Amino acid sequence: MSKSVYIGELEDIPRRGARKVEALGCDIAIFRTGEDELFALEDRCPHKQGPLSDGIVQGRGVACPLHNWIIDLGSGLARGPDEGCVKRFAVELRGSAVYLGPLIGNEAAPEASLAVEAE
Amino acid sequence: MSTQKQKLVVVGAGMASGRMLEHLFEVAPEAYDVTLFGAEPRGNYNRIMLSPVLSGEKTFEEIVTHDEDWYRTHGVTCRFGESVTGIDRKAKQVHTAAGETAYDKLVLATGSAPFIIPIAGKELDGVLVFRDLDDVDAMSKAAEKPGARAVVIGGGLLGLEAAAGLQARGMEVTVLHLMDHLLDRQLDASAGHLLQRELERRGIKVHCKAQSKAILGEGHVEAVLLEDGTVYPADIVVMAAGIRPEARLAVDAGLHVERGVVVDDAMMTSDPDILALGECAEHNEVCYGLVAPLYDMARVAAKTLTGEEAAFKPVETSTKLKVTGVDVFSAGDFSTGDGTEDIVYRDAARGIYKRLVLKDDKVAGAVLYGDTADGAWYFQLLKEREVVRDIRDRMIFGQALAGADTDPFSAVAALPDTAEICGCNGVCKGAITTAITEHGLTDIDGVKQYTKASASCGSCSGLVEQLLAMSLGDDYSGAPAVKPMCGCTHHGHDEVRKLILAHGLKTIPEVMQALEWETPDGCSSCRPALNYYLLCAWPGEYVDDAQSRFVNERHHANIQKDGTFSVVPRMWGGLTNPNELRAIADVADKYQIPTVKVTGGQRIDLLGARKEHLPDIWSDLNSAGLVSGHAYGKALRTVKTCVGSEWCRFGTQDSTGMGVTLEKLTWGSWMPHKFKMAVSGCPRNCAEATIKDFGIVAVDSGWELHVGGNGGIKVRVTDFLCKVESEEEVIEYCTAFIQLYREEARYLERTAPWIERVGLDHVKEKIADDAEGRAALSERFFLSQKYAQRDPWAEQAGDPGTRRSYSPLRQKVIA
Ligand code: SRM
Ligand SMILES: Cc1cc2nc3c(=O)[nH]c(=O)nc-3n(C[C@H](O)[C@H](O)[C@H](O)COP(=O)(O)OP(=O)(O)OC[C@H]3O[C@@H](n4cnc5c(N)ncnc54)[C@H](O)[C@@H]3O)c2cc1C
Ligand code: SF4
Ligand code: FES
Repeated sequence: MSKSVYIGELEDIPRRGARKVEALGCDIAIFRTGEDELFALEDRCPHKQGPLSDGIVQGRGVACPLHNWIIDLGSGLARGPDEGCVKRFAVELRGSAVYLGPLIGNEAAPEASLAVEAE
Repeated sequence: MSTQKQKLVVVGAGMASGRMLEHLFEVAPEAYDVTLFGAEPRGNYNRIMLSPVLSGEKTFEEIVTHDEDWYRTHGVTCRFGESVTGIDRKAKQVHTAAGETAYDKLVLATGSAPFIIPIAGKELDGVLVFRDLDDVDAMSKAAEKPGARAVVIGGGLLGLEAAAGLQARGMEVTVLHLMDHLLDRQLDASAGHLLQRELERRGIKVHCKAQSKAILGEGHVEAVLLEDGTVYPADIVVMAAGIRPEARLAVDAGLHVERGVVVDDAMMTSDPDILALGECAEHNEVCYGLVAPLYDMARVAAKTLTGEEAAFKPVETSTKLKVTGVDVFSAGDFSTGDGTEDIVYRDAARGIYKRLVLKDDKVAGAVLYGDTADGAWYFQLLKEREVVRDIRDRMIFGQALAGADTDPFSAVAALPDTAEICGCNGVCKGAITTAITEHGLTDIDGVKQYTKASASCGSCSGLVEQLLAMSLGDDYSGAPAVKPMCGCTHHGHDEVRKLILAHGLKTIPEVMQALEWETPDGCSSCRPALNYYLLCAWPGEYVDDAQSRFVNERHHANIQKDGTFSVVPRMWGGLTNPNELRAIADVADKYQIPTVKVTGGQRIDLLGARKEHLPDIWSDLNSAGLVSGHAYGKALRTVKTCVGSEWCRFGTQDSTGMGVTLEKLTWGSWMPHKFKMAVSGCPRNCAEATIKDFGIVAVDSGWELHVGGNGGIKVRVTDFLCKVESEEEVIEYCTAFIQLYREEARYLERTAPWIERVGLDHVKEKIADDAEGRAALSERFFLSQKYAQRDPWAEQAGDPGTRRSYSPLRQKVIA
């Protein structure tokens, strides 16, 4: 089930920044840290659905642009006193190409929605 | 006897195959008849030492690893200068221009090919790569021409070694690098920045974030053109933008090839009689570009050839830059987060930066700049996955110190009383401990006052603190004198601003290095502040860092609760006209803007715009002459006006005209916080000028100037500054006041709390009483405006790359 889709090049995502991807049937935020690590989370803050892809990336966390919850990119969990969890997706760098993989976690990956938009 | 020997054909006489043959002859000297093909007209040599050959520090002879004697002794048939052009797997033969050669076992060790970036002019004469001796010869030849210029594309290890070598040969060298700091694969921003400084000090020009557009010239290279329009003249262009595994033979032969030739743990390709190793091979989806793992592959391949079982296991690699006098080391993974801890050591005076990343009490990564003596030790700890809990506090100081014992003060305690602590003021340890006990000192300021220790450069303050802690035991709190900007530094805002100017610090990494920041890249609190301080300190020179700005300033629009944005075009002094209104109405229709609202700042807000529409909305508004209103920025916001003498029966002066004039002069200026102005035409004050940052109230005899007002959370009425007569004076006082605020206030401090902090008298002294100082402030403001008055909407909408970044990415093909 390790299907993954090519979504673009590393350069498309600013360092210490993020980019929204429309894939797998939802909006996914791909984050690139200062160290060029990539993370993919659903682009919806667990607080009030803020677009995490517009937040400030800082270390391995992102500050939601709406009310400044800090979401941990590695675990998808809100840090500090706040409680909440964001869906995580597999993301991988092959050379300079970025590939998005299926949902990580207990729930099964949404295989059906992997259908590809042909170019 | 030779008839029963198997035939082994090796393609590529490079570093991996050389090493493999050595192992093979060690374990089974008689197993094979070896034929070695090499496209280069020479045998195996130490390719990585081509860098010192280029710089002239070594000769080619010194780097040859296998000479004629060696090949003869081991009976290797050398076919150098002969490329293998094809493989016939059925017939078990390889083809070259000279014919067929049969094999029982075939080894592919064809290395990599330099990646040529696909831009216009890439085929011109003088476009070179850096891979083999012929390339070095071509570069050396070009350097013979006096005053010759080289442009190196790529600021990675290879590019920088090429640049340093060419410069050593007397060329004028420019390095173009796509990313925002050099060696971005190996170093973090701080170390990358130090490296850039050092190369620039040596006379190598470095241009980061450089997007090459074309190589110019007729027949021969003449220059390189960047996307931003910059042109660098060049006699040669060296492409060092990466490598691609050389796998063409394998592809043609129908072997399994992804990025490189796919091999299993035993180095076997999809054909059991063909092995691959070195840079052309791909193991577990990884292709390698450093020799350490390739040497391991060589060992495994030799065993596989002799029928012994062996498996390749990827190992950690470390890298160093081979440029004499520049010490850079990096190893492991230096990304932070999730259970990782950072230990950062900066010694600004000696240009040293060290960073260790710990995870689960083990070293996960290391970046060293300037002092790499302990690189080997850290790398050892990393590879052995050693638990470093007990030496954690001291290990950043190196093996020698960390090895000592566990008392953090032991080093200081061990010093004799005569040991000098403060070099600047010649204060020894005894003098300090005596002063502490005699005068009952409890903090570093006291020590400064009584002994002068750490009163000059401050580099001994750590030692002084340790002496205080030692003498006072638990009574020492070490409370800092100023409130630090944030958890990343012990410096306060004012100090940082002062030091930026005093030391000529010009980038965020440079500030962090020089002021010994305690985190690798700051946080969302200090980064925006530093970005502003640098912008204010170095107008026209500082390059803004978008990732250090809050979303609104990054996207030039205000984010809304549903993730959409609002767009507020500027309406000068609150004036508009049918044309502008039509354009706004058209935009609202075309982009289905759900809400159009008149704001409290006398202009119109288009609420609910989709992010991907922003660039189009902006260009539509731009074509009607409307520009960004900066409703999203720590910047000049609005200049509210009333109708004034033009229409109003009480109006004493043209307040609308004055508002428009001021807004035209001050828009685009970045500030510590938002900045609002208003001009009322009479003391009835319909523009609410007395709750603005700078308010003007017209009276019969001139203009009353008011400062430091604030609506909002805590309402503050302005203080009266002074009264002036002419429009010129209003402009000078206003711009001088803005500049004083820009230069003195702390980031996120509006004029109201700023004035309460520094006192109205201070502001009066600088603005009202000091004509010369006022003029100078105003002049500095206009200088900065020269660079600040660019409509960000036009800039964003006009650049195709930037435009794209407002739209989401979409999945493309299944891999
Ligand atoms: C749109 C507008 C309300 C309106 O519909 O009229 C507005 C909207 C917002 N104001 Fe305001 N303020 C607006 C005029 C004002 C005014 C009135 C004025 O400028 O004359 C004030 C009081 C005057 C003052 O600033 O001293 C005002 C005091 C604030 C404050 C409190 C500032 C303070 O120092 O206490 C905030 C919060 C902040 O900045 O941290 C704020 C913050 C905001 C933010 C940016 C909240 C946010 O972070 O999202 C709102 C953005 C909405 C958007 O997307 O446009 N807004 N805000 C007004 C835009 C004016 C313009 O044309 O640019
Ligand atoms: C200037 C420079 C500096 C470097 N510095 C370092 C360093 O400091 N540390 C480090 O770890 N690594 C360094 N490297 C990388 C290192 O040199 C390579 O990883 C290593 O040489 C790869 O070995 P290889 O045997 O796979 O390929 P190579 O050494 O490139 O050998 C491949 C050989 O195969 C030949 N060939 C290709 N196709 C054919 C064909 N069809 N027929 C016949 N022959 C063919 C090529 O001409 C080449 O001679 C450096 C590289 C360069 C260029
Ligand atoms: S008053 Fe409050 S709700 Fe209204 S625009 Fe300003 S910040 Fe938003
Ligand atoms: S929606 Fe993210 S913090 Fe409120």
